[in-house]
Amino acid sequence: MRAGLFIPCYIDQFYPQVAIATLQLLEKLGVEVVYPTNQTCCGQPMANSGFEYLAKGCNELFIKNFAEFEYIVCPSGSCTLHIKDHLHDEKNEHAAKDIRNKIYELTEFLTDILKVEKINASFPHKVGMHQSCHGQRGLKLSQMSELVAAPFSKPLQLLKMVNGMELIGLSRADECCGFGGTFCVSEEAVSVKMGKDRIADHIAHGAEFIVGADMSCLMHLEGILKRQRSNVKVKHIAEILNGE
Amino acid sequence: MSSREKILSTIKNNQPEFAEVPEIKKFAPFFNDACEKFVEVFKSVGGKPFVVKTQEEIILLIHEHFPDAKRIVSSCKEISSIADDYTITDDPHSFENVDLFVIESKLAVAENGAVWINDNDIMIRALPFIAAHLAVIIHKQNIAATMHDAYNKIADMEYGFATFISGPSKTADIEQALVLGAHGPKTMTAFILND
Amino acid sequence: MERTGHHPQLAEHFNRDEPRVNWHDETLWFIRSKRDKIANTIPEWEELREIASQLKNNVLSNLSEYLIAFEKNATRNGVNVHWAADAKEHNEIVHSILQKHGVTKMVKSKSMLTEECHMNEYLEAHGVEVIDSDLGESIVQLAKEPPSHIVLPCIHWKKEEIGELFQKHLGTPAGNADPQFLTNAARLHLREKFLTRKVALTGVNFAIAETGEFVVCTNEGNADMGVHLADVHIASMGIEKIIPQRKHLGVFLRLLARSATGQPVTAYSSHFKKPRIGQEMHIVIVDNGRSRQLGRKEFRNSLKCIRCAACFNTCPVYRRSGGHSYHTAIAGPIGSILAPNLDMKQYADLPFASTLCGSCSNVCPVKIDIHDQLYKWRQVLVKEGYVPAAKKVAMKGMNNILSKPSLYRTAGKTGRWFLNHLPFFVKNKFNPWYKQREMPEAPKQSFGEWYRKRKV
Ligand code: SF4
Repeated sequence: MRAGLFIPCYIDQFYPQVAIATLQLLEKLGVEVVYPTNQTCCGQPMANSGFEYLAKGCNELFIKNFAEFEYIVCPSGSCTLHIKDHLHDEKNEHAAKDIRNKIYELTEFLTDILKVEKINASFPHKVGMHQSCHGQRGLKLSQMSELVAAPFSKPLQLLKMVNGMELIGLSRADECCGFGGTFCVSEEAVSVKMGKDRIADHIAHGAEFIVGADMSCLMHLEGILKRQRSNVKVKHIAEILNGE
Repeated sequence: MSSREKILSTIKNNQPEFAEVPEIKKFAPFFNDACEKFVEVFKSVGGKPFVVKTQEEIILLIHEHFPDAKRIVSSCKEISSIADDYTITDDPHSFENVDLFVIESKLAVAENGAVWINDNDIMIRALPFIAAHLAVIIHKQNIAATMHDAYNKIADMEYGFATFISGPSKTADIEQALVLGAHGPKTMTAFILND
Repeated sequence: MERTGHHPQLAEHFNRDEPRVNWHDETLWFIRSKRDKIANTIPEWEELREIASQLKNNVLSNLSEYLIAFEKNATRNGVNVHWAADAKEHNEIVHSILQKHGVTKMVKSKSMLTEECHMNEYLEAHGVEVIDSDLGESIVQLAKEPPSHIVLPCIHWKKEEIGELFQKHLGTPAGNADPQFLTNAARLHLREKFLTRKVALTGVNFAIAETGEFVVCTNEGNADMGVHLADVHIASMGIEKIIPQRKHLGVFLRLLARSATGQPVTAYSSHFKKPRIGQEMHIVIVDNGRSRQLGRKEFRNSLKCIRCAACFNTCPVYRRSGGHSYHTAIAGPIGSILAPNLDMKQYADLPFASTLCGSCSNVCPVKIDIHDQLYKWRQVLVKEGYVPAAKKVAMKGMNNILSKPSLYRTAGKTGRWFLNHLPFFVKNKFNPWYKQREMPEAPKQSFGEWYRKRKV
């Protein structure tokens, strides 16, 4: 199986270890992974600010980079959702549609396509799971607390395979962390308050690590944790599943 | 062009393609016993339910729970011995000092503890609101399971005014603290006649 | 005291008192939790939402016919039907009815439409005293403030503050902040108004095309107290309040209170069909931009709203910024997609006052795609030129780099690209990121660099 690896720009620049873990994890599971080196960004920062019409160049580039693959895998729910919902190309809509259908967020790729049932990793810590809204409510990686429906969670399903990990519960299972793209600076006060509250919920339940499948939420939470000089750390789920 | 025509023509131009009215399918009730459910929910909305067998019991309970009631008003024959009757021509303001108003409701709803009251029966619309306390008499077989069932019964009913009442008047506007007796009755009692 | 400004500034001000933000957030979350709890007792909850949504789709698709039928049936019932194209006309119609009866005092139960029309201000300027009879509304009215929430108008007030307000205006004893006591004080105060007012105005929750009747839902019984004692009943309704038949109330009344406050139904669901003998009844049907919104394909679904406020209670931004930060009559997520239709310039900030988390759309009993509409309004507002020019320059620059891989790579290694090209990634006090957060640390090499080295 051959998959194109899509690494969002801020992971490329600030969290290369997350991209490396994703790549290694997929390879361990027998996937032939290719990282098209001409990739940049999904265009979400522009689109969420209302400049979707500017994202044409980004979209064309994305299609050029990823059209050839059977699967596209990305360690970010938010960027995956953006491609799924908003990747269009007037001149090449067929290819755009094809890409929208074959892009997967990492954890759903592991549970739904690779059907992973065993993970060789251990992480003897107390861990809280922060599910990003785009991953959850957008991609439906886990059941949403608002709905009257049976619970499930793809990331948790994977984390439960990790040795020694203690998963803590939260008072508000799926409250937003307040990152929200440019919201994090345009609405700084509310954004930070939301982040602080999200962290407080984890700390109140004894978390040593806040784990997520979206590095953008975690970058925001990490910024606040560091300012608070907290011992609590953030970790991307790929790093844990890769079990370094 | 009048505002009416202007509004209607803009709407006509702007409304989307016709979409069908959906069917309301029949949902099985999510509880077994409608009377039991009514009692449970009616309590939860601040009401006081009593399951009784005879009208004498109702009168005894009224004496017991409203010992200080000076003015009890009702057109129900069950309690005519202790209540004043009234007519449709009475001024609603004249009921300002009513302590207890008692009325029979011919339809109640188990899922939300509501009782249906209409002006064919009460005549004076203000009465269930202006009285300090409200009591309803319900025959057990008149308790419908859900609101769908209730509306099936009243779909074509003629009235000028009608209302579902579920418990005493209430508010939680001050810091979400529930207070019974906002502007309407401070208590609501239901006598469920199991005869 | 009303502040001016846009959402970010107003929200920043609200956040200066963190314990109060916590209290506000917890209070609303409590209501969201009650909603979850009761929704989970109804196995068919999601099916009900779907039916309600489809019913409203039908209403929007056939609205002109339904309105005509409603008017015909209401008129046959002995009700006077008026049409108001905008807020001004609505206020004039209400005023003319009062003038006809020589009345200068009126009681009013909750109606967000009259808030939207600024009716109280209009009537006061014309010498009419309007008394809000809903407890929450009467509190904000005494404080000379607009409601901050469409179901819980004074959710931002603490009981001690209400105690002081009542002490000043109703003469209650100092230091008494017991909700039971304060509610009773308001009851006594308003009872006198109910008994003496000749005209009562109510809102409308649902208007039934088939029968010409309308339904008003309250918990306090204040709407009924007002109208059953008054000689004249005026009901103000937006054009979108129509539903086809009486039996459809079964669907909406099952959803409304459960979504709003976690109650199984409101204490009163009153059906008004005909005036009582000797009484006069008026209905004012108001457009005020709604028919225009109906024509906006992407935004017309906002008209399906039944004003339950579940989207407010669940919104993590609303809970932490307060209703007044939306500077419009209807705050919260739904307000943010309704307001730009009224004035794009004035409300251009509101669709951006969201993280697009999507919780609002999930609680909405009529399944409005609220967060998608927020996203779409952003696109429209940018295209129509309602966002600052500087933002456009920054976005264009960013796009230029992101669409050209060679530029992206040479723009900088290891995080320098961001530091150079995103203005907010700078360590100084003007950088909103850095104000309360540390910057991510730039690693030695980017993933791209690592990958290229690994391959060779
Ligand atoms: S948009 Fe939906 S959730 Fe929000 S107030 Fe309207 S009906 Fe309720």
